[in-house]
Amino acid sequence: MPTPPNGSQDPTTLASLANGERAAILSVDCARPVAVRLLEMGLVPGTEIEVLRRAPLGDPIELSVRGFSLTVRKADAVSVSVARRAPGARR
Amino acid sequence: MSGEHAAAPPAGVEQGSARPIVLLVGNPNSGKTTVFNLLTGSNGKVGNYPGITVDRRSAPLKLETGTLELVDLPGTYSLTSRSMEEEVAVDAVLGRGLPAPSSVVLLADATTLRRGLYLATQVLDTGVPAVLAITMMDEARGQGLELDVDALSEALGCEVVPMVASRGEGRAELLRAIARAEARSGTRGAAPPLPPALEADLAAVSEVVERLEPHAGLSEARESARRRSFAAWALLSLGDDEIEDVGAPLREAVSERHRLAASEGRKLDTELVAARYARIDALLDEVLRLPKAAKRPLSERVDDVLVHPVWGLVVFALVMALVFQALFSWSEPAIGLIEAGVEVVKALVGGALAEGPFRDLLLDGVIAGVGNVIVFVPQIALLFVFVTVLEDSGYLARVAFVIDRVMGGVGLHGKAFVPMLSGFACAIPAVMATRTIESRRDRLLTMLVVPLTSCSARLPVYVLVIGAVFSGSAKVFGLLELGAVVLFSMYALSVLAAVGAAAVLRRTVLRGPRPTMLLELPPYRRPRLRNVAFATWERVRRFLVDAGTVILALTIVLWAGLEYPKDEATPARLAPLREAAAAIEDEGERDERLSALDAEEKGAALRHSIGGRIGTAIEPAIEPLGFDYRIGIGILGAFAAREVFVSTLGIAFDVGEADEQSTSLRTALKTAKRRDGAPLMTPLTGVSLMVFFVLACQCMSTIAVVRRESGSWKWPGLMFAYMSLLAYGAALLVYQGGKLFGWG
Repeated sequence: MPTPPNGSQDPTTLASLANGERAAILSVDCARPVAVRLLEMGLVPGTEIEVLRRAPLGDPIELSVRGFSLTVRKADAVSVSVARRAPGARR
Repeated sequence: MSGEHAAAPPAGVEQGSARPIVLLVGNPNSGKTTVFNLLTGSNGKVGNYPGITVDRRSAPLKLETGTLELVDLPGTYSLTSRSMEEEVAVDAVLGRGLPAPSSVVLLADATTLRRGLYLATQVLDTGVPAVLAITMMDEARGQGLELDVDALSEALGCEVVPMVASRGEGRAELLRAIARAEARSGTRGAAPPLPPALEADLAAVSEVVERLEPHAGLSEARESARRRSFAAWALLSLGDDEIEDVGAPLREAVSERHRLAASEGRKLDTELVAARYARIDALLDEVLRLPKAAKRPLSERVDDVLVHPVWGLVVFALVMALVFQALFSWSEPAIGLIEAGVEVVKALVGGALAEGPFRDLLLDGVIAGVGNVIVFVPQIALLFVFVTVLEDSGYLARVAFVIDRVMGGVGLHGKAFVPMLSGFACAIPAVMATRTIESRRDRLLTMLVVPLTSCSARLPVYVLVIGAVFSGSAKVFGLLELGAVVLFSMYALSVLAAVGAAAVLRRTVLRGPRPTMLLELPPYRRPRLRNVAFATWERVRRFLVDAGTVILALTIVLWAGLEYPKDEATPARLAPLREAAAAIEDEGERDERLSALDAEEKGAALRHSIGGRIGTAIEPAIEPLGFDYRIGIGILGAFAAREVFVSTLGIAFDVGEADEQSTSLRTALKTAKRRDGAPLMTPLTGVSLMVFFVLACQCMSTIAVVRRESGSWKWPGLMFAYMSLLAYGAALLVYQGGKLFGWG
């Protein structure tokens, strides 16, 4: 498989990123109202995000996107495809 | 969207007043409240948007050129409708059903400018004259962000005013900019073009909008911009929604464009949103310089502790314990003071008036009713001080984040936790605290289940019953008092019932799209005393005015129902006995005899009243629960407030004044017999009665406050119905089931 530009690799979902991992959004495929809100909060394709942490009980996930923190439940995060950035990779 | 569209009022003029309207629009957490107070010098007056329960805050905005009306819109992230608050924002900006604004003050937090500009550019694209105020400039500078204000202003076509609202910086500049925007009234150029495919989608929908939607009476340039914005709104909002007042042709046009796009392998939602972010990113690349080496924000480092897998839970537990402690205990002295004050007023007024029905009405109806209202103020005020501090500091969002896993499991929002916890002290402030939940569906759900949490007014009922039937019983496992186990079970039942009801309601009456919790965790900020005081006072005031009047009226009705018609026969029958008693030599014996006669007379009067008769009439219905007519009367009386059950029961059982510790009432309960001579208060009856009280909606104040917060009688009606059915069913199950096992 050819390596996509910007050092991105390894398509997966937002839910399977580990804490501290960075990724770029590929697509948001949730059902309508949640999808539109996720997009409007800035998770459009190409946007870089970082998983900051999980809540103490494991769900939801907190991510950093466009300079602010957003919580997303796992149930929604599984429908967001992302391309994992190689550790240490920078644009 | 809400409201009528047939006759839109002229642009910029508020109905009822001739002032042009200036809207204040911004993201949640962008410092909107602070700016509103800063510009108007007050927290304004709060009303409702027509027909719905979204607060509409407004205040006169004085400029050198004249006075305008500043209207604070609910905080929103976009002009797309997913909630009632967002619908209000869209309607207000587009002047749909509501008067079109004459100008808009846009707020954007400098530290989250990209997201703030998403909303700001949406509003600018509608063609309305606007000013963009950039708040939190001090924080942005602290992070090393550099913003070229003039270039941003040039690119957006509106004035940009940097502010530090918490210190009042930028106030004068913003006021002058608003005056200039008002004077220009709509000369900004059209929105920049989008990719051709999207432009085609927008044009197709705009055309339907032009045919269907009434004009707002604006210039042609603004009408055209407005139609385009409306089309963009429709493409993102219509589909799987509950928006009522949109014509079928518009819906068809929207779904046709979505179908068409999908057939070409395009995702219309994604394209529309991404196009706007592309525009913003390109713009900010020019005007915003980011620090070269960004250090981790302080908030993130603080969160390493405050939402740490272990410490996070500890902090959470401590903060919640503090809130609960305050609500449960710290409010006690103030409540005691209010109750004592009511007694003093009663004594003063009573002393000044001759005995008679008017005096009774004034003392036991009106003054007691006013007391019933203000007695809630300490808990409401305390809870809102806490909630506002938690919200403004940013921790409330963390509370939701930490506990969402638990709440989400039963279909509740993470933010429902604080109201549910508060419910264990009192449902009234708890129902009011559901306002922190943005989505109406999530808020209603929380409101409907909060009254199942076992509030402190139920405690006297438990104490009385346990004291009467479980005191001195054997210990469980030789350790725990049986009474303590029973008490704990009641609290456990209340939690289970609330959780169960939430799960059921979410799948039935409040069915909707899968609930979610996309929540911004704002940076930690120091709460402003002024905002906390304003917000708290506003809640207290609204409670007194709106819910208070209903509670007062209900108190008077309930009082009259337990007082009238007067019983003439019993006093006449007891008169000779009184004379005989008064002649008893021994003072102790005489007093005892006389108070027994008093108690008998009061009991007879209560049974003679409408309430007493209803209690007696419903006996056949409550007998299967193990209750008799006296308990029935007590349950009716408890509608004023659950703890009133105890004093009503005292009268119904002919022991006069009584509280939950009264041995006389306990003894009366223990020895009470049913009509067939069997003992009334068996442990089984006691459990059945307590289960009934856990589940029943025995509180008119809760009903009044849910009406106020939900905006209609429909929701408190539903709440009363389902809780009553649940209570009846569960008590029936307990009593009849228990008898089947021979426990009766």
